[in-house]
Amino acid sequence: MATNKQTPTHPPLRFNIGLLWRCYGYLRPYRRITLGAYLATAGIIALNLSIPQFIRWIIDQGVREQDLNLLGWSVIGLLTLTVLKGVLIFLQGRWSEVASQSVAYDLRNDIQRKLTQLSFAYHNQAETGELLSRAVQDVERVRFLTGRATLRLLESALLFLGTGIVLLWMNATLALVVIAIMPVLAYRALAFGRRFRPLSLETQKQLAILTTRVEQNLRGSRVVKAFAQEQTEIERFERENERWFSLSAEAGRLQAVNLPFLLLLANLGTVVILWAGGRQVMQHNLTVGELVAFTTYLAQFVNPMRLIGLIIPAIAMASSAAERIFEILDAASDVHDTPEAKPLPSVRGLVRFEGVSFGYARREVLHDINFEAEPGQIIALLGPTGAGKSSIVNLIPRFYDPTHGRITLDGYDLRQVTLNSLRGQIGTVLQETTLFAASVRENIAFGRPGASEADIIEAAQGAQAHDFITRMPQGYDTHVGERGLTLSGGQKQRVAIARTLLLDPRILILDDATASVDTETERLIQLALERVMRGRTTFVIAHRLSTVRQADLILVLERGRIVAHGNHETLLKTSPQYAQIYQRQLKPEVVSV
Amino acid sequence: MTFSIGASSPSGGPRGVLEQFGSTEEREGHFFNWRVVRRMLAYLRPYTWKMIFAITLMLVETALILLAPYLIKVSIDSAIPQGDVMGLTMIAIWIGLAYVGLYLTDMGQGYLLTWVGQKVLATLRAQLFEHLQALPLGYHDRHIVGVTVSRVINDVAEINELLSEGLITLFGDTLVLAGIMLVMLSLSPQLALLTFTVLPIMALATYFFAQQAKAAFRKTRSKVAAVVGDLAEDITGVRVIQAFAQEGASQARFNRVNVANRDAHVDAVSLSFVFLPGIEFLGMLATAIVLWFGGLAVTQGQVTLGTMVAFLAYVTRFFQPILEMSRIYTTMQSAMAGGEQVLALLDTPPAVADQPDAPNMPPIVGQITLDNVSFQYDEGALPALHHVNLTIQPGQTVALVGPTGAGKTTLANLVARFYDVTEGAVRIDGLDVRAVTQQSLRRQTGLVPQDPFLFSLSVADNIRFGRPEASDAEVEAAARLANADDFILTLPEGYQTRVLEGGVNLSVGQRQLICIARAVLADPRLLILDEATANIDTVTEVLIQEALERLLLGRTALVIAHRLSTIRNADLICVVKDGRIVEQGRHAVLLAQDGLYAELHRGQFVTKS
Repeated sequence: MATNKQTPTHPPLRFNIGLLWRCYGYLRPYRRITLGAYLATAGIIALNLSIPQFIRWIIDQGVREQDLNLLGWSVIGLLTLTVLKGVLIFLQGRWSEVASQSVAYDLRNDIQRKLTQLSFAYHNQAETGELLSRAVQDVERVRFLTGRATLRLLESALLFLGTGIVLLWMNATLALVVIAIMPVLAYRALAFGRRFRPLSLETQKQLAILTTRVEQNLRGSRVVKAFAQEQTEIERFERENERWFSLSAEAGRLQAVNLPFLLLLANLGTVVILWAGGRQVMQHNLTVGELVAFTTYLAQFVNPMRLIGLIIPAIAMASSAAERIFEILDAASDVHDTPEAKPLPSVRGLVRFEGVSFGYARREVLHDINFEAEPGQIIALLGPTGAGKSSIVNLIPRFYDPTHGRITLDGYDLRQVTLNSLRGQIGTVLQETTLFAASVRENIAFGRPGASEADIIEAAQGAQAHDFITRMPQGYDTHVGERGLTLSGGQKQRVAIARTLLLDPRILILDDATASVDTETERLIQLALERVMRGRTTFVIAHRLSTVRQADLILVLERGRIVAHGNHETLLKTSPQYAQIYQRQLKPEVVSV
Repeated sequence: MTFSIGASSPSGGPRGVLEQFGSTEEREGHFFNWRVVRRMLAYLRPYTWKMIFAITLMLVETALILLAPYLIKVSIDSAIPQGDVMGLTMIAIWIGLAYVGLYLTDMGQGYLLTWVGQKVLATLRAQLFEHLQALPLGYHDRHIVGVTVSRVINDVAEINELLSEGLITLFGDTLVLAGIMLVMLSLSPQLALLTFTVLPIMALATYFFAQQAKAAFRKTRSKVAAVVGDLAEDITGVRVIQAFAQEGASQARFNRVNVANRDAHVDAVSLSFVFLPGIEFLGMLATAIVLWFGGLAVTQGQVTLGTMVAFLAYVTRFFQPILEMSRIYTTMQSAMAGGEQVLALLDTPPAVADQPDAPNMPPIVGQITLDNVSFQYDEGALPALHHVNLTIQPGQTVALVGPTGAGKTTLANLVARFYDVTEGAVRIDGLDVRAVTQQSLRRQTGLVPQDPFLFSLSVADNIRFGRPEASDAEVEAAARLANADDFILTLPEGYQTRVLEGGVNLSVGQRQLICIARAVLADPRLLILDEATANIDTVTEVLIQEALERLLLGRTALVIAHRLSTIRNADLICVVKDGRIVEQGRHAVLLAQDGLYAELHRGQFVTKS
């Protein structure tokens, strides 16, 4: 039982009462069934306290006094009580499960809602895996808290107390002997729980690491083989494997040593009772039935202690889980509707940047940007990575708000209108196309869920996607994404264009880069993009000469400033930066044959 | 064993019970497969003495478990009625010693069994992993990564748990059950037989529950997966959701899976809240039988009160063995099937094997000859290459161009001997690649893959992947040569920054630069470069071009080319179509021929203007 080097240091049990209280607050809509579960618990405790008394009667009155009538009725009574207890256990379990699962359900909905509303600034720094683990594991821990953990804790405490009182009432001397063991047992149980839980988590984590290692090795098997690094990989795996073994052997040791020890303490209690009680029976201060009942109570007295040892660390973990959950729920989105925001009426598409500056965290990435885009114009943004092209286009649908200056659309300050009405009129085709695990039809209709079949097909045709969609076995009903058909990069991009076309936005934001596609597909995507730009105010992050030539206004960006602007011909003559970009970069030499 | 009545129930709470019975997959397979069991038991051989010791402890434990209630009976029947204080004290001491013995044996065998079990598991995993390294690339191409991972992690655990812990625990529990039944029969045959009537009901109830639990548990798992899947999609697609103002719709969709998840869990857990009280009731029924019939027998003087009390104690031990038996029964089939698949993996031969006396590849000068090479991936499949002949001079860069599926990658794979040719021969410096050891060949080859794959190690360890012993200075020099040094230094922890799974914390271009640095440091004589087609911003693109030019300098290289600049600069262009080299020569020559290459080249110009 000595501390072992392998054991990860266990943090002191920490409870944040405020956080726990907030968790319990989620039970409020389910207070009736929660109350029901607690009432059932009270019934179970009462039954647990009375059942040994029946056994005592049966032995003392029924068997020793040979009262067969009483014996029969007591046995029937005992079975009836057990059935009643069973019903109560079912109700207690079901109700507390419904309540706590509902809490988990509400929390997950809240988290999901919050996540879809938080601005890009939040999502840029958040990791998907981390967020998922909060929504799944941390919520599960809080669920346990609001459900069985608290219920069992209370039940155990009450049962412990009740049994203690009954024991004292039955025989004070024997009861005191038993009660003397309790602190030791409680201490051991808690000490075990505190060490075992973090260790078993650590073991799980290590198994996850092991899994990742195997997965990585398989995914990279070409690289491993090409560089002849099989041996190094085996050694790496061995290290993690060894660590997993020592962790799980240690967890096994803790269990093997501690659980039987708790049992031993309880058993030694029984021995003392048997000895002391047996002597009292000899002196006729106690009956055999009382002695048997006493030992039965003893088991009830011991079990709560063992349970508490496991539950208290779980509550401490729920407390830190709650902290991580509320961190999401309490995150303030830096982009939100003001109370006086009005819906934006249908716009013509006049966009104006007035002295706009913008930064992420403390780093300013746009400085004093001024320009105006007339309705229907194409605005091309050019410049190296990090020059601020994406930042400019992200400000228009208010994915972020400027730190200084303002942006107007048809004269409306973007911050004065509701986000939904604004974004409903802006279409975006990002370079990294995200499609959802749904049918092609649903993906195209994503922005207009009620769209008619004819409109959807028209949009797909405009995006040069109709042909390949109808060639697929299930046409528009083909499932894409996870567990569905995998579309090629070019196909995805065209579905994304169709999605935007269907929205028929007044303002369009796009990136004219094409994913890894063959020449024919590339031509189709270009066609689709040209089609989609027609008649809308378009902001395009340009990679292609053809786009730049078409543009009404080219903004050349460098380090967050507009260093040149104008159309292709004028810029060629006036701007050395433009000439350089034109020479070096606007030649997307992708043969992809 | 505490002396409780009707209070014994399976451990682990409602969820634990559910998991115990429900967590196994339904799989086709034999209920008991000797081949699997025999091969798996062989892994226990190094721990024979530990296992024998554990089993001995288990036997002692069983005896002690049986002893305590019997001693209690003696005390109630003789010591207490006779007022024999000495006798009572002696019995108490004996029981106390029995409990201490119980503690020691329980601890000892528990620890031994887990230790051996985990040890065997670790050994098996290590062996599987090592075996995976020896398998040909074709194996990895054909098998889904997730499934193979599950073999190494889950299937192995399942079969091992069954053999090193499950069966032995089952053995111990059965022993206890048999012992209890024997002791009960010897104390009072009639009462014993009456009590035993509960056992079949209990077994049946457990079996029935196990079936239900399996289905319910499977459902909860799939619902949890749906919640995670939907939420993951919402997070990764949040930009699209916001851009299209579809927050409401995505919330409605999430709500649906969320409700289904809640309901599945409530249903599943409710199931165990029927089962647990049910088992408790059956236990109480056994107790009631003892009390009623035993009570009657006591009043008629057929059995003693002590016997009845001992019976009450024995009855509570009925549960564990029966629960364990049905648990094993439900996991058996799945574990055997899993074991079979683990064995199949272990027995997959490494297809490309070194010849027993194969010499090492001497330092490569770099001449590659493909001599009438044909290749097909599987027997009966269409040949991927037909009678290809090609000679590459040392230091040359050869660009392979052609439509997808033409055989470019296959050709490159054969040179690195990821596969063996079906016909003909690949020779490097005149040596057939099949005649030398693979390690010595591949130590001199390098690869820049199309999808820039990085491991979740630090940036530095990724760069030194091909030469683990390289110093930090060498790593940095390679990174500088690959134009990767600049951006690496801007990473939060520089060269020590950990690459996250899937490389998500780096851009595609940055990952490519690291892959190039990796190849630079490995300093291969022979390079296979599968050019990326993903879109990379123009500045990084320039960096990559420059880095590649440096990497290619002085090495023989096969480039699966997509960039016009690479193709133009190549010493030799091979146009591959339908598994054949249809044209070869330099850019200008091929253009002049006005064949397939010229056509492909024109196609490219359509988009440029």
